[in-house]
Amino acid sequence: MSTRDSHPGSTGGADTPGPLHGGPDEDYTPEQLAAMSREELDILGARYDGVEILHVDPGPEPGSRLEKRAVRQVGWTFAAAGLSAFLFLVVYAGSGWFLPEWNWAREGTTWSAMFNPLLGLFMGLSLTLAGVGLVLYTKKLLPHETAVQDKHDGSHFDRVTTGATLVGGLHNSGLARRKLITRSLGFMGAGVGLMLIAPLGGLIKNPNTGNPLGRTNWAEGVRLVRDDGSPIRPGDQEPGSLETVFPAVAGGNLQPDAATMLIRLRPEQLAADRPKPGQEDYGYGDYVAYSKICTHAGCPVSLYEQETSRILCPCHQSQFDVTQGAKPVFGPATRSLPQLPITVDDEGYFVARSDYPEATGPTYWNRERI
Amino acid sequence: MAATATTPGAPTSRLGKAATEFDDRLIVAGPVRRTLNKVFPDHWSFLLGEIALYAFLIALLSGTYLTFFFDASMVEVEYEGEYDPLRGTEMSAAYASALDLSFDVRGGLFMRQMHHWAALLFVAAIVVHLVRIFFTGAFRRPRESNWLIGVVMLVLSLLMGVTGYTLPDDLLSGTGLRIISAILLSIPVIGTWAHFAVFNGDFVGTEIIGRFYIAHVLIFPAILLALIAVHLLILVKQKHTQFPGPGRTEHNVVGNRLFPTFAGKATGLLLVVFGVIAGLAGLVQINPIWLWGPYNPAQVSAASQPDWYIGFLDGSTRIFPAWDINLPGDYTIPALFWPTVVVAGAMFTVLALYPMIERKLTGDTASHHLLQRPRDVPVRTSLGMMALTFYFWLMVAGGNDVIADKFDISLNAMTWVGRIGVIVLPPIVYVITYRICLGLQQHDREVLEHGIETGIIRRLPSGEFIEVHQPLGPVDEHGHGQLAYGGAPVPKKMNQVGGARRAIRGFFTPIEQPSAVELEQQGEGRGLSAAEGSRELTSSGRPSDGGRPSDGGRPQDTRD
Repeated sequence: MSTRDSHPGSTGGADTPGPLHGGPDEDYTPEQLAAMSREELDILGARYDGVEILHVDPGPEPGSRLEKRAVRQVGWTFAAAGLSAFLFLVVYAGSGWFLPEWNWAREGTTWSAMFNPLLGLFMGLSLTLAGVGLVLYTKKLLPHETAVQDKHDGSHFDRVTTGATLVGGLHNSGLARRKLITRSLGFMGAGVGLMLIAPLGGLIKNPNTGNPLGRTNWAEGVRLVRDDGSPIRPGDQEPGSLETVFPAVAGGNLQPDAATMLIRLRPEQLAADRPKPGQEDYGYGDYVAYSKICTHAGCPVSLYEQETSRILCPCHQSQFDVTQGAKPVFGPATRSLPQLPITVDDEGYFVARSDYPEATGPTYWNRERI
Repeated sequence: MAATATTPGAPTSRLGKAATEFDDRLIVAGPVRRTLNKVFPDHWSFLLGEIALYAFLIALLSGTYLTFFFDASMVEVEYEGEYDPLRGTEMSAAYASALDLSFDVRGGLFMRQMHHWAALLFVAAIVVHLVRIFFTGAFRRPRESNWLIGVVMLVLSLLMGVTGYTLPDDLLSGTGLRIISAILLSIPVIGTWAHFAVFNGDFVGTEIIGRFYIAHVLIFPAILLALIAVHLLILVKQKHTQFPGPGRTEHNVVGNRLFPTFAGKATGLLLVVFGVIAGLAGLVQINPIWLWGPYNPAQVSAASQPDWYIGFLDGSTRIFPAWDINLPGDYTIPALFWPTVVVAGAMFTVLALYPMIERKLTGDTASHHLLQRPRDVPVRTSLGMMALTFYFWLMVAGGNDVIADKFDISLNAMTWVGRIGVIVLPPIVYVITYRICLGLQQHDREVLEHGIETGIIRRLPSGEFIEVHQPLGPVDEHGHGQLAYGGAPVPKKMNQVGGARRAIRGFFTPIEQPSAVELEQQGEGRGLSAAEGSRELTSSGRPSDGGRPSDGGRPQDTRD
């Protein structure tokens, strides 16, 4: 929209109509403005903002049946929203007061099972109705106007003048000539920048010292115990069964990498057993022990289907064959589950003969070298 | 200019005086008027971004409430709370406080579920908003920067999700954390270093929940808030795009002013979004952590799945073949690296760079403020559908165990369905989408040239039967429409051009005068010019025809 002043830039499309904030007070004296109606002032202001109101569909006629119906609809919607809000308050504050307790309980849980759904129902209903009421109000009772606003491209005048100011300031600083300052500024910037992020170095820890990645708590003579800490004898398990075992050290059952599956093979499985070369004596009788931590992404491989001798990881469906040295036979895993060498101690309980011969858990860059 | 009581037009009401006092100090009348007068185009699809904004607000508010009760500590404690089945169990303080939040805080479970639902809806709204922006070409110059900011916000929202659902430290989130740990480890060269920097040592350590917590409640939300502010400022500065239509050009915006229409509708939408999330929070259970139990590295539940927005990465991990790359010197690039870090990185990089890629390929460097209909840009639309198919198929693969279980299909077969589908389906979808786009384009052109099918069959004096077509505008001597396609929807039914009267309002009894409605409609002239409505519809629109049908573009033997 054109304004009447001809200052440079305003014709180039700057959104601000003139130098005076809020409209050209010179063009319209207070007397002139006072003589204009509210609608005229609205349209005048819009014009200064580059907005033209093309067309207004007035809302329903005051007092018409159309208006009365719309008012009824909007009014009842808001009222229902308010009612729901108060019902929410009743449920929230009244539980345990004049309504039953809301807390979870094993017995008599009707109200505590209703508590949360009722909160959601009433708050959801209340807010949704409030929103619907507002939309109905806008659609049915407000006038519908079609307005057009101009979209301006950048102003050439603004670009040139801003550029002049910027380049002028840079020129006056003489940085282009004073090479020493430019270079020392660059040096300083690099130094200060590095200095400020340097404290993040506290996060860095060397993963290769002490080799925590490649080691577990298993060691020679460490007993295989269940989650409750009880040791296991060879006679405790049925053929074809699997037991999750942990090293008998403090907190062994929470060690992320030490969980091990102790599997008793059935006779036909034992006959078909092909352990990895060099690990033929890792088992004990018909027992074999493999790491429970998947070599793919570290989930516990938990689902043992003894008829097919397969162990399935529920996270990404890698499958391992226990009669082939727990070799991956399907899915994304690439390495066999490491095998734990086991034997029986003087008291007849299972013990480890050493730690795992390789790192358990997911593969990483230098795993083979650890 | 100080307003005095003697100035003409000075406010006399108390409110007006207060407003003058206010403006005397802050000089805001001008900017406020400009804001109130700002014109917003009206289309339902422009509200999708708003839904994302409102869902974020709700997540922010409910999340703040949760921090009053949550204890981000991995110290082992014995659970002593209200929930009987877990009482006496050893667990981390984080999990215990999340349980207390659900069972011992009045309305705490409601707030926790609201936070989770808001987060799910937040990501979903971002994705749908992004799809809208993509298919209508709203990312083109000058809006590439806002596209880029949007993609960064999407990535941040995924990080927010991952760090957020890890916090309760239950069995499911711990399993997710274990996979995050494996993904970090899988990065070549720096993997173990990155893992030790993030976890402060080997998995799982005692720091990670606390670190994820501060990232989740401070670092990511702060960046997101700043980006949302920039996103909206750029939107206001550049003004909204609009679909082509009557009076709409590259240099204007046609719609409603902010106040009161747009403000009313936007506030209404905020309340509805809030209401829907609150309803879900109470009525639809989400992440019942008390059923999962505390995290134990040796335990896992079947069908462990992340929240939906990480599903595509779970799927890609499931179907990726077992391809470790063994390098000389006993170094390994783990197979896990490709479907997680590389696939996600490549997908988001291509997404972020798409505006530049398209500009390079089409050579279209002009500014665009008018949107495109997807059918008019078949290559982009087909590429988008192809990408969506790829994404959707990965997500399906992420649930392949559930599908295999529910439909009694072999799990291995489902894995192969995922592997083959992800390669074969996208090109097929590309071709089909391309054909559909061309077909829709052709139909638009046909209606513009020959008019709308009226369904009226006429018998000509020669005995021939023809269907009468209603031209949309002036026609040439052959009866062909002269309107050019303008990128806007073409009416295809008589009712869309005023072929039928609008219904008289009123449920039990009419609340309008039928005659008044008819008068109003004649005055309005929707779609066609007002006079069109009074014409006999079976004519071709040419008065000279005298009611004789046009031949729908067939060569005519008679005059004209």
